Amino acid sequence: MDEYAIEMLDITKVFPGVVANDKVTLRVRENEIHAILGENGAGKSTLMSVLFGLYDPDGGSIRVKGKEVRIRDPNEATALGIGMVHQHFKLVHTYTVTENIILGMEPRRRDGTIDIASAERRVAELSERYGLSVDPRAKIESITVGMQQRVEILKILYRDADILIFDEPTAVLTPQEIDELMSIFERLKAEGKTIILITHKLREIKEAAERCTVLRRGRFIGTVDVASTTEEEMAEMMVGRAVKFRIDKDEAKPGDVVLKVEDLTVMSSKGHPAVKGLSLEVRAGEIVGLAGVDGNGQSELIQAITGLKPAKSGRILLEGRDIAHLSIKERVEAGIGHVPEDRHKHGLVLDFRLDENLALKTYDKKPILKRLGVLDFAAMAAHGDDLIGQYDIRAGKGSATKARNMSGGNQQKAIIAREIDLSPRLLVVAQPTRGLDVGAIEYIHKRVVAERDKGRAVLLVSFELDEIMALCDRIAAISKGEIVGVVDAATAEERAIGAMMAGVRGAHPAAGRRDERPAQGAS
Amino acid sequence: MAFASKDSAKAKARADLFDAFIGSNGAISVIVVVLGFLCGTLLILAVGKNPGNMYAALLQTLTGLDVTRGTWNARYIGEWLTASMPLILCGLSMGFAARTGLFNVGAEGQYIVGLTAAQFVALFGPQVPGLHWALALVAGCLAGALWGGLVGWLKAKYSVSEVVATIMLNYVAYYLSRFFTQLMPAANTYRTPAYPETALLKNGLFERLTNGSRLNTGLFVVVICVVFYWFVIERTRLGFELRATGLNKEAARCSGIKVTRSITASMAIAGAFAGLAGVIVALGSFSYGRVLGGLDNYGFNGIAVALVGNSTAGGTLLSGLLFGMLASAQPLMQSRQIPKEVTWIISGLVVVFISLRAGFKMIMDWRQKRLAEKGRQRDE
Amino acid sequence: MSSLLGMLPSVLMIVAPILIAALGGMISERSGVVNIALEGLMGIGAFAAATTHVLLESSMRGSVWLALLVATAAGMAFSLIHAYASVSLKADQTVSGTGINLLSMGGTVFLCQIIFRQERTEPYKLGMMPGLGGIYPTAYIALAVLLATWYVLYKRPFGLRLRACGEHPAAAASAGIDVKKMRYIAVLASGAYAGLAGGCLVLTQTIQFTNMTINGAGFIALAAVSFGRYLPKGIAGSSVLFGSAVALAIYMVNIEALRGLPPEFFSIMPYLITLVTLVAFSGKDYAPRASGQPYEKGGS
Repeated sequence: MDEYAIEMLDITKVFPGVVANDKVTLRVRENEIHAILGENGAGKSTLMSVLFGLYDPDGGSIRVKGKEVRIRDPNEATALGIGMVHQHFKLVHTYTVTENIILGMEPRRRDGTIDIASAERRVAELSERYGLSVDPRAKIESITVGMQQRVEILKILYRDADILIFDEPTAVLTPQEIDELMSIFERLKAEGKTIILITHKLREIKEAAERCTVLRRGRFIGTVDVASTTEEEMAEMMVGRAVKFRIDKDEAKPGDVVLKVEDLTVMSSKGHPAVKGLSLEVRAGEIVGLAGVDGNGQSELIQAITGLKPAKSGRILLEGRDIAHLSIKERVEAGIGHVPEDRHKHGLVLDFRLDENLALKTYDKKPILKRLGVLDFAAMAAHGDDLIGQYDIRAGKGSATKARNMSGGNQQKAIIAREIDLSPRLLVVAQPTRGLDVGAIEYIHKRVVAERDKGRAVLLVSFELDEIMALCDRIAAISKGEIVGVVDAATAEERAIGAMMAGVRGAHPAAGRRDERPAQGAS
Repeated sequence: MAFASKDSAKAKARADLFDAFIGSNGAISVIVVVLGFLCGTLLILAVGKNPGNMYAALLQTLTGLDVTRGTWNARYIGEWLTASMPLILCGLSMGFAARTGLFNVGAEGQYIVGLTAAQFVALFGPQVPGLHWALALVAGCLAGALWGGLVGWLKAKYSVSEVVATIMLNYVAYYLSRFFTQLMPAANTYRTPAYPETALLKNGLFERLTNGSRLNTGLFVVVICVVFYWFVIERTRLGFELRATGLNKEAARCSGIKVTRSITASMAIAGAFAGLAGVIVALGSFSYGRVLGGLDNYGFNGIAVALVGNSTAGGTLLSGLLFGMLASAQPLMQSRQIPKEVTWIISGLVVVFISLRAGFKMIMDWRQKRLAEKGRQRDE
Repeated sequence: MSSLLGMLPSVLMIVAPILIAALGGMISERSGVVNIALEGLMGIGAFAAATTHVLLESSMRGSVWLALLVATAAGMAFSLIHAYASVSLKADQTVSGTGINLLSMGGTVFLCQIIFRQERTEPYKLGMMPGLGGIYPTAYIALAVLLATWYVLYKRPFGLRLRACGEHPAAAASAGIDVKKMRYIAVLASGAYAGLAGGCLVLTQTIQFTNMTINGAGFIALAAVSFGRYLPKGIAGSSVLFGSAVALAIYMVNIEALRGLPPEFFSIMPYLITLVTLVAFSGKDYAPRASGQPYEKGGS
């Protein structure tokens, strides 16, 4: 009988209307690196939240090191030696590294005040022992994402965690930082820790994990030995059917230049240049992908193109016309469609009906706008019904459905429907499939390719390199606000692009192999 | 899966009408008001008085019927409506801003500038019957619009919190009003000379109908404003833009809606409503200018009105009538040994209870969001 | 010049309640709960203090101090409404705060009617007596409150945790901190502070409580919090600035140079200054990040 660090047996967790975990069983051995694989919405985060005490399970039991336990809140989980590094860091931005680590467990002097000096010493100790380099006095708001993640890890090591749960840890890291994380895993394993890794990235599972448990739609599918299972097999378990990794598409037939960005500089909201002298071209009938890790200027570039933010210098030409001084409305009229990266924040008015959302850019035109500024709501509803039919948008009450009550995939379909309906010359698409399931992803990819075939120019920005490589005709790698290189998708090598995303110029296709360890301390 | 567009449109029209007048939150408003009255009743009992007297006073306010003496006097009805008018308008002021996502606590200040402008025009304007008070209405409306628009512009351009800004401007308006009113010729420290007849909003027909109450031409203004409010928000392009901006400023901006302009316009219109309230009080209920010695509080009570009315036109109208009833019943209550402040307490309780409605809504939204996130299983 | 220095006790008298109330507002905001009910809570405190003192002054020595205690307790009790609504029921904090202001307006005069059969309290014979140099003890109380607040907020673990609740409640929660409890404590503390401030105000500046007693001091305190960037040091400075403006408005008749100006000029000062600084410093937002957002327990 193996020694299990964690056993979650027949765990069930129900939310109103949905069964997030349906009799899920997870067994993690001592000192192993165990991955939990599943699509968005499969229930992996819920399962781990149950383990960490954030939720009470509705059924099932939990055993830690063989003993049955009830974990009612994070404090109890911490007492059992369980720690969680969250996907969205839980760090107070105005506090220092040390203050964040000791929060809730502060060392005190005799008079009851916080003993910052001894806290900093302990942080330095832990940092040394586990090879997690941090600056104890730095404020969170001024350190890199990689260092922030190390602070998160130190937080749980400070509380003597033996079992470390990582929730989608590589989502926010550059390829180089991902390599560093892999070596951190090895170090932690060498120190006797047990690691649970939640992810949907098959390649990282292959690299780091020993065993993998697959969840699909809240149900436990199976636990496999990673070394003896292929990525395709794991993908099939995750999705339930064979998954195509490449999309069938014809050759691109690029026409004239539609978008030309020349030497563009855009300042970030914090006051330093996020986009530095960037130049880029997108032609009609092609999809250009912008590959890069979040935070390298993609958002600012899109904001400058769509008009949400003014450019500091440089030109933006749409079919030869300089649009840099045009308002957002004027750019919409000039033919720019925009599928924004945050569909809830920028794409939809959630409390509006579906047809009102679909009319957000056309309400001021006939037939919806009548005389005297009065709107024709019947025409708006008809327009909505039309798009619902064309794009197969599932909405309980048709045009009258509140956007809030639609699923993520259908919300995204609605946004895409609205933008494509404008017949834009340039379609800017950012993170179109974030948080969506495979079915919705396939649909959206098909639509994007269809638009390209109609002769539109498409600029696709995504943090998922797989998506870019599958969809795009040309790929531009962006790093720290500059285009590091532009390659043809057909001949590009993923590793080369990854290197460019990290800022390595003129990377040879064979350079930047993953098993070369970068110098320790690089960040 | 296309729906017949006629059905959708009809359903929308029906839902629209319902929403416009009561809103599906109407039930909550009723419950909250009932709760407020219940607490008020308990309070009166707790201090040893007879709640029956409070309800008798309220009844007399509404119908003119004095149950204890068996008499009837239409004047009470007139006074009830007179007290309701500024409350309805200040409620519209708060509500209009709220629909655009802004919390306009500045109705008090916008009311004051409207009132002051009206006093000015009353004393210096052309003494042409009809034209005189019409001009005053316009002046007050514009003054309020300016005061409100200023806040809107500050919010849109500089992201200045409209809550703090409007509170500050309330006091600025108060002191400026005192200063300028005292500057008027022959004014002393608490009033100006009497207005010329032509400036007053007095309406002979109403006076006769209500046995000498102060009900005046302002009633027409209020009705027009209620209809205007409903029409602009529910039916026009401007209303669409304002609602979008109020519900999600970022998405509105992304679609090309000029958010700065919308927010400024919205606060200006909100200010205009409150300014009109000031004119109606200045020229309808008084015959001379006042150097304000304190806040009339219509602006603050307007907040309660809008909240209970759920920021809809019809709801605000009903709610304003309710609070007007509470206010004008005060002297009747005093004469029956009920401390008149109980009406303020009921107002305050109602506002606190209503704030919970927002809380419920938040919980509902959160639930819906999680449902939707996991709801793909139902849709596919 | 000497008349200016002679004004110092009066300025301190006016600054003290503003400072105390502002510190209370700061505590609440730093924990993540917007509290615009300072005005109403000060009213409650002033009413409670005036009532206690006038009823007991003939039978008890030191009734002034008891009155302050009662005022503090009354403010804390009343703020329980706001705490419950905002933290447990996740209500809209601005609306709930406004409701408290309305309730206080009505409730205090209502109780005056019941107890004193008029719309104000009976005037007392003697309020709080000034001490050395004509400076009222409230100035020292305010100073003590300032130092104590700074100490707890920045030197003790409690303060570190409280501030985290206002910046990033999810981070605090995952560190095992009970965010709801923290916020309750903070709101109740702000109620206590505001009640105390109201008591100080009524006992030093006037002889009875009326519905005009507070007259915007609570909103000036709000402005002081914002202008002081939510920090004890800044708030001390802004409270002195605004308090001075208010004092000038009242006492300017004593100063030759200012006699030409209308009193309204000074009365407007605190509000105008706040407005201008709100605009000038609009680039950076100093408010705690999570201020105003109810805390939902949730997943990662």
